[in-house]
Amino acid sequence: MRSMNSKNFRNPALIKKIVNNIHQLADKPVNIMEVCGTHTMAIAQYGIRELLPPSIKLISGPGCPVCVTPAEIIDEIIEISLKTDTIIASFGDMIRVPGSRTTLEKMRSEGSDVRIIYSPLELLGLARDNPGKNIVFAGIGFETTSPLAAAVVTRAKKENIKNLFIVPAFKTVPPALRLIADNRSLRLNAFLLPGHVSVIIGSYPYEFLSKEFGLTGVISGFEPVDILYSIYLILKQIKTNRPKIEIQYSRTIKPEGNTKAQKLLDEVFEKSASEWRAIGNIPGSGLIFRKDYNAFSSRSKFNIKINKPKEPKNCLCGKILMGLKTPEECPLFGKQCTPQKAIGPCMVSSEGTCAAYYKYI
Amino acid sequence: MCLAIPGKIIKIDKNTAVVDFGGIKKESALDLLSDAKIGDYVLVHAGFAISKIDKDDALETLKLLNEIDEFKKLPESGTNKKNRK
Repeated sequence: MRSMNSKNFRNPALIKKIVNNIHQLADKPVNIMEVCGTHTMAIAQYGIRELLPPSIKLISGPGCPVCVTPAEIIDEIIEISLKTDTIIASFGDMIRVPGSRTTLEKMRSEGSDVRIIYSPLELLGLARDNPGKNIVFAGIGFETTSPLAAAVVTRAKKENIKNLFIVPAFKTVPPALRLIADNRSLRLNAFLLPGHVSVIIGSYPYEFLSKEFGLTGVISGFEPVDILYSIYLILKQIKTNRPKIEIQYSRTIKPEGNTKAQKLLDEVFEKSASEWRAIGNIPGSGLIFRKDYNAFSSRSKFNIKINKPKEPKNCLCGKILMGLKTPEECPLFGKQCTPQKAIGPCMVSSEGTCAAYYKYI
Repeated sequence: MCLAIPGKIIKIDKNTAVVDFGGIKKESALDLLSDAKIGDYVLVHAGFAISKIDKDDALETLKLLNEIDEFKKLPESGTNKKNRK
């Protein structure tokens, strides 16, 4: 394993070599959107923008699940947390995100039972150990995470667990990319496509980007060599004018993706329209429970009505998520809105575009 | 949120593997893989192995990168556009 550990994908000589070739190929302006929040962080952390010629612009996209979860979903979970017989389970980055009034973190300090979990597997233990309580999981994430929830739900069904519920707020990436590809004002040439979402879905669901919109797409890993090599591959495609979807991160991704995970997802969930925070409703971009598994939906258990709250005044998160604005263009960025006192979701999430800019740029 | 960490499977008991992440060992569920075996390198996201890592492919990627002759040499200051010809 030594010869393939991450050091090889951070090799300075190799990085220099690729950067040189990027400079040779860059003879016209190219706009590339990095879709995934983990890429946004890696690009900022490794200073990749500074290595590129000025003609290549990297635009951050909507790939931070915490950022695109609407405030009303957080309000819904907060409302459930007020019930005495309930344990809310969530990944750590979600509990600091403000809904319209408060956060799950504040609810915990006020007495709600809110637990941070590392893995959805912990939900089964929580349900078994607390038979008198309802365990409610904040089902937030993209295709990387939703199959894990599907696996847990199928295990719970086999075990006849009746006190486990998931707030169905999972989202799928390709429909959001369609919305972005359709937005001509971005003048986008290419997508740096998300590595770990693609581990599950493979490369086929992105093919419409090249076939219908003439855009280039490269599925990239997360090390500096991966990202730079992916940018090189994008430039090469643009040079030869043959847009297609390529897999740079082929050590973990097959074109067909993880078919077992896909089957499990399809067994438990079906697609529906879904609201993206500050972006709007995107058809077919959400997952809701199929009839056979609907007993695990928090909405089958709790009847909670939430009005759609207003987004914070002057916050440009929606436009930043669509790549239409940069954090520096937001009047709140770095002033009223910082990681310590975040106003918008792009600053709250550790993988949000504003948080990445604030920390590294 | 979509972070995933590579590790090596050192033990399998039914649907659960013990995965070694550079010395730290943790249990990971195998629900999403159909053919995992001891010695495989896997990518783990939130307690679940989501993909096998193809060691040969990783080495091949690096080899290709090292050998590719399209990579032409630029002056030392190749990252500075002003010095481009």
